[in-house]
Amino acid sequence: MIVRELELDLDAFEGPFDLLLTLVLKEELDLADVDVAGIVLRFVERLAERDELDLEACGEFLVLVAALLELKARGLFPEEEAELADLEPEEAAEELARRLAEYRRMKEAALWLRERLADERDRFFRLGPAPLAPQPERKLAPQDPEGLAQVLRLLAVAPPQVSLAHMTLHFPPVAQFLERFRALLRRRSIFDFDQEIDGLTRQEQAVAFLALLELRRANQITISQAAPFAPIRIARTEESGASDERTTAWKLRSA
Amino acid sequence: MEAPLRLVVANPLDRLARTLEALLVVTSAPLSLDELSAAAAEDSERVETALRLLAERYSEGRSGIVLERVAGGWAFRASRDAADACARLFERPVQRGLSQAGMETLAIVAYLGPCTRPEIARIRGVAADSAVAGLVERGLITEAGRGSDGAGGAVRYRVTALFERVFGLESLSQLPRLDDLGEDVDAIRERLHAVAAQRTA
Repeated sequence: MIVRELELDLDAFEGPFDLLLTLVLKEELDLADVDVAGIVLRFVERLAERDELDLEACGEFLVLVAALLELKARGLFPEEEAELADLEPEEAAEELARRLAEYRRMKEAALWLRERLADERDRFFRLGPAPLAPQPERKLAPQDPEGLAQVLRLLAVAPPQVSLAHMTLHFPPVAQFLERFRALLRRRSIFDFDQEIDGLTRQEQAVAFLALLELRRANQITISQAAPFAPIRIARTEESGASDERTTAWKLRSA
Repeated sequence: MEAPLRLVVANPLDRLARTLEALLVVTSAPLSLDELSAAAAEDSERVETALRLLAERYSEGRSGIVLERVAGGWAFRASRDAADACARLFERPVQRGLSQAGMETLAIVAYLGPCTRPEIARIRGVAADSAVAGLVERGLITEAGRGSDGAGGAVRYRVTALFERVFGLESLSQLPRLDDLGEDVDAIRERLHAVAAQRTA
């Protein structure tokens, strides 16, 4: 069995082990993404398929995977590396020895504490607050399962069909109302808009209002309203056609 | 016949001792000399004398209750003769199932506290979260503010009075000196060099 030809099928890589190593060394593959345990599993599987234990392959694999793991560990802790990178080998060894000594002392202290605890196991005394902090009781308001079911039922109901009726609405032509209002204004100088549109559909009312604006734009009427939502009062302007006629008539009379 | 009795009642030191007895029996945590003096409304010197009197009266072999100096104060505990009976009545959950990781973490907090979880992890080389949580739950360590880098710093931990009581320590100064524990740096350095030499050989 040749370790370098071990076929791998990992999330980050698919192909022979040899290629993976090459890509990692060329830094074209980030080791952080490689599942090393997956490689080990694959190798153990292949090993199990064979009857005899291939010690040589095991040894080679062990060395390669160990190197891979070391590389990966260094890659995962760049700060640690930076921290130790500035140190000379002598200093690094000193730092390591210092840390080991520190930990060793704490281990010894822990041992001392354990022995002390064993010696003092006969100590009994009254305790105030329980040493095991009591779990705070979570207070919930009285719950009604039926209430929850009810709310869920509300959620489970299909939403009401959205009305598309407005898409087929029929709007009468604006001209129809223009004609109507002009006719009205010929008879009367002032009228109440609300009264005129009373009994019409919403669409017709809307178009009627558009006609109103159109007349205003042509400066044939003035629009007034005492307060928001109060009746809209329409008055014929002096310059409008009907008024002109009347003025002319008056002038003729006075002449 | 009445004279000796009246003498006991009238002895002010004895009256103070009885007051202190009462104070110690109503509290569960050790009381410091200052706390006892304030509560008894007496000066600390007289309180100390009365405490010595009480300690003699409540000593191992003489009484089922023992008065001891512990955790920077004074407290009653059961005599060791009665330990078996006490153990049958209730167990001490504080010390039950303290893991090696818990012990090491406890040692680090006892010696270096107040210290943060990252500091503990740095010394032990593994995350300290669960060990710290276990010790906090047992009441052996407690939060002691935040790290030096302000309000956003890591939570710092210190050992509690309960720790000193459980381990029978009058104060943390009774812990052995760190320098007396473990191998010194020189010995470890020599071993490291020896291992390194073997590898290169």
